[in-house]
Amino acid sequence: MRLIRLALLYFRVGALNELQYRVNFFVQLFQSLVALVVGLVGQALVFSHTPDLNGWTRPELLAVMGVHILMGGLINAIIQPNMQRLLGDIQEGTFDYALTKPADAQVLASIREFRVWQIVDVAMGLIVVAVAAFQLQRAISLWQAAAFLFVLLLGWAMLYSVWLMVTATAFWIIRVEQIVNLFEGIYATGRWPVSVYPDWLRSSLTFIVPVAFAVTVPAEAITGRLTLPTLLGALALAVVMLALARWVWRRGLRAYSGASA
Amino acid sequence: MKNLLDFYRTNMKTSFLGTLQYPVAQYFYMIGMMAEPVIYLVVWSTVARAQGGSVGGYTPGAFAAYYIVWTLVRNINIVFTPYGWEWLIRQGQLAALLMRPLHPIHQFISGFAAEKFFVIALWLPLAAFLSFVFKPELHPSLLQMAVFAVAIWGAYLIRTMLLWILGMIGFWTTRVSAIFELYFALELLLSGRLVPLALMPMWVQQTAAYLPFKWAFQFPIEVLVGQMPPGQLFAGLGIQLLWIVVSTALMQVVWRMGIRQFTAVGG
Repeated sequence: MRLIRLALLYFRVGALNELQYRVNFFVQLFQSLVALVVGLVGQALVFSHTPDLNGWTRPELLAVMGVHILMGGLINAIIQPNMQRLLGDIQEGTFDYALTKPADAQVLASIREFRVWQIVDVAMGLIVVAVAAFQLQRAISLWQAAAFLFVLLLGWAMLYSVWLMVTATAFWIIRVEQIVNLFEGIYATGRWPVSVYPDWLRSSLTFIVPVAFAVTVPAEAITGRLTLPTLLGALALAVVMLALARWVWRRGLRAYSGASA
Repeated sequence: MKNLLDFYRTNMKTSFLGTLQYPVAQYFYMIGMMAEPVIYLVVWSTVARAQGGSVGGYTPGAFAAYYIVWTLVRNINIVFTPYGWEWLIRQGQLAALLMRPLHPIHQFISGFAAEKFFVIALWLPLAAFLSFVFKPELHPSLLQMAVFAVAIWGAYLIRTMLLWILGMIGFWTTRVSAIFELYFALELLLSGRLVPLALMPMWVQQTAAYLPFKWAFQFPIEVLVGQMPPGQLFAGLGIQLLWIVVSTALMQVVWRMGIRQFTAVGG
């Protein structure tokens, strides 16, 4: 499809752009390692005082952390830079340049930027998940791996929808940069399985900013806790959120007035 | 000296008025920041309950108290970021600042200090909400509250100096983010920000005692939520003062070394 080819083109250009600065790879690697070590230290501390956390054992929590890192890498590679650029474009009025192009504006605004070095986090997350799976001594069947990737994709779609909807409020409110801070704080809750949080927080983390579906549920796919109702629920929620995001986007576009004639 | 006080008063007034302009932005920032301590609080309360009510001497109520006061201390701890140095040096702002008769650090000390008063006012309703949800065990004496009021400013000064020194690495290299991230990771673990230091292994606690991080973070929190006898409270203030002096001296040394070899364009 034309839009997919367009996306691949943008990814290639973005990657080529960043590949010029090879030192950035090592800087990113170092930073990701530091973050990983801090995360592992945190978990080690918890497990020095207790054998399990609310029913989650150590390798299971490691799987959650791995998915969190992996998903974080995907967010920072594609979602976050595009949403940030969209926000800037709306505020400056330069979004016109995207609107005048012969492709769907939402797709264009979502694939323009690509931070290739964030792949380090994706790779690191996958390694951590693999280590966790090994420690669990479970054979990961093909079905489970497929379910994992599928739920991961759904979670990513849900987070994308939320980001898009919040960024789209800039069409009306204009100054929403600080909401990005809010997001990072909320996403940080995904480091631990959603079941440890109090009820009122848990429902927010499942439906409003679906961190539960983005992180905990894929981790459940690896640790064997995933049930069919959850999987179908994730699919349903993803579809609903994408549709909602699309609707909000179209409303927002109607409210947009550019700066150029 | 009178000029210095004059400068502080004027700059603080200007900075405070500037901060008042964006209360919503400040609120979103503070709410986003609440996620971190709430996560720690929830996780460690779960551990405490699983271990029969307390872990490391902290009950869920004590954890709640620790992490709610954490949010205030964390806000007081926000000072000029070392990442800002890149901007100062590359944009030529530093050259402009150096033309003034006053050490540039005074602008930042006074500016950030003024914002703290606004931050404290914004923090109170957030703290009330958190207290309502998490039910902290907090019964500080009048002395504890007085020492706390002094200790948070001590913490502010220590962290200002430390991060200023860290930022000055920008004089010698532009690839600083890795060093900064390493510093922040160490600070996270050794200052009592991730967990109260009492929950860390013994060797970590002993190391942390010789470093300034805990005096900029855990100490003010412990003053308010802990049970320190008056002697320990004042001894702690004394050690804070020591670290302020040491870090200021170190800052001056590195500053002179850095300025000597600083060349700039623009400004």
